Amino acid sequence: MYTQALNTAETDDRGLEDAAKAAQFQARIDAEERIEPNDWMPAAYRKTLTRQISQHAHSEIVGMLPEGNWITRAPTLRRKGALLAKVQDECGHGLYLYAAAETLGASREELVDAMLAGKAKYSSIFNYPTLTWADIGTIGWLVDGAAIMNQIPLCRCSYGPYARAMIRVCKEESFHQRQGYEIMVTLCRGSDEQKAMAQDALNRWWWPVLMMFGPPDAASQHSDASTRWKIKRFSNDELRQKFVDATVPQAQYLGLTIPDPGMVQDAEGHWRYSEIDWTEFKQVLAGNGPCNRDRMAARRKAHDEGAWVREAAAAYAAKRAQRQTAQAAE
Amino acid sequence: MSCANIQVSETPLMLYALRRADDALILGHRLSEWCGHAPILEEDMALSNIALDLIGQARELYGYAAKSEGRDNDEDKLAYLRDVRQYRNLLLVEQPNGDFAHTMVRQFFYSAFADLYWREMMSSRDATLAAIAAKSEKESAYHLRHASEWIIRLGDGTDESHRRVQAAIDDLWAFTGEMFAVDDGERALIHAGVAIDPGTLRGRWLTTLSDVIDEATLSLPQNDWMQQGGRAGRHSEHLGHLLSELQSMQRTFPGLTW
Repeated sequence: MYTQALNTAETDDRGLEDAAKAAQFQARIDAEERIEPNDWMPAAYRKTLTRQISQHAHSEIVGMLPEGNWITRAPTLRRKGALLAKVQDECGHGLYLYAAAETLGASREELVDAMLAGKAKYSSIFNYPTLTWADIGTIGWLVDGAAIMNQIPLCRCSYGPYARAMIRVCKEESFHQRQGYEIMVTLCRGSDEQKAMAQDALNRWWWPVLMMFGPPDAASQHSDASTRWKIKRFSNDELRQKFVDATVPQAQYLGLTIPDPGMVQDAEGHWRYSEIDWTEFKQVLAGNGPCNRDRMAARRKAHDEGAWVREAAAAYAAKRAQRQTAQAAE
Repeated sequence: MSCANIQVSETPLMLYALRRADDALILGHRLSEWCGHAPILEEDMALSNIALDLIGQARELYGYAAKSEGRDNDEDKLAYLRDVRQYRNLLLVEQPNGDFAHTMVRQFFYSAFADLYWREMMSSRDATLAAIAAKSEKESAYHLRHASEWIIRLGDGTDESHRRVQAAIDDLWAFTGEMFAVDDGERALIHAGVAIDPGTLRGRWLTTLSDVIDEATLSLPQNDWMQQGGRAGRHSEHLGHLLSELQSMQRTFPGLTW
């Protein structure tokens, strides 16, 4: 569902690499060529991408939990099917992204282990709870909406497998976003209780969604290399502003109020939002969001309780291979 | 919609569709509980896929049940506003997920039946049921293949997986007899060529089971005592909890559009 600028600073090891290869590599990037798995790449490029793609994959998988929380309680059979299909799509994105990360030489197992050990991050947004059905509409509308804003430029990312994955992922996210907005439209055309439910969900999700774009540009420590490598094409604040400008009219159409009394439209038509509470963002990233512990516990439980199944599958595959070898030898 | 239970006129054809709809919904719901919690991501995908197929089948069957009934009930009223005593599903499908072995054995027993059942139902004289059967048969064939492969992997995998899957077979076996039972209302439909006699499928169902169970180095229980009651609304204690979750929105916020 979403990748976030969470990377820690990469080591600048240009001095350690072959300078000629590095120059050639940068020339290819500047010429908008795609870098493919077997191409030479600087170690820091590989490391940055592995981290970003795997964080993105972890986010898809952890992101199944808040929405999955409503699959068994969806209010109609149509909504139940749509939500289940959506969460299944997120799982597919996770698988797809782990596969993209594997092209850089990291195995899915080691990446998942790092996440379960708390060493790898996932998007902060999934550490907030889904309390009502309106949260499902709001996640589709805003969280997927923010994800699209972030991921459309990634379709032109310099690394081929990631860029291609994003094209497919964005198509599905766009469908999810419309589906979420349609839930919101239905709620806002419904009873007073439903409208209040929709407003309450917007109130709770608005600021965490703005935080999805990562720290403000002034405080962002590592965009330079990513920009030079054309992994990142817009700054956090640029994407955040684009998102806000696109979303305000959607909220107005719904008759909902953005929970930011200080928001004003400037002369150029941009909606200027108030200061974001970055303390909350840091706390959530540090593990102190409302659901961090629950999310990690759920993923670890699934992993631990599934261990015997994975072992059985591996043992059976080994037995079968052995039998086939024995048969071939006869 | 009010939040009270609806009244249902269970004419033989309506009840026939309703029972199969309830099977599909309850099993689909159970499988959907795995989404986000499965042993590997591929199974999150697969179990969700199967759940989606079953929920799709349920919607078509509820739609037909409502049409046959000819009152103002619809798929959502039938799913969300009947209490446990009005549900007509097999006891097998409401059994809790348990461990992955229990989920797979439940699916295996059911899909081995559903695959045969829907294939036969394609020649129903009722055009709607025949059309639903044609779609469901394709899906069931895939569900059966998926479950069979897992039964073999688990049975012939490790000592632990063997023990777990055998325990699941032993636990769930008593719920399989109900699939082949027929009451008077259904007998009339069978006679009219609308329904098929599930009793005639039992031999082939056992063959399907035995082939897989043998390859998996497992065994079927000798105990032939079978639990009954789901078709008449006498359920296990598990169904009430499932329904309280499934129906919570419609019961809490009656009569709204979602």
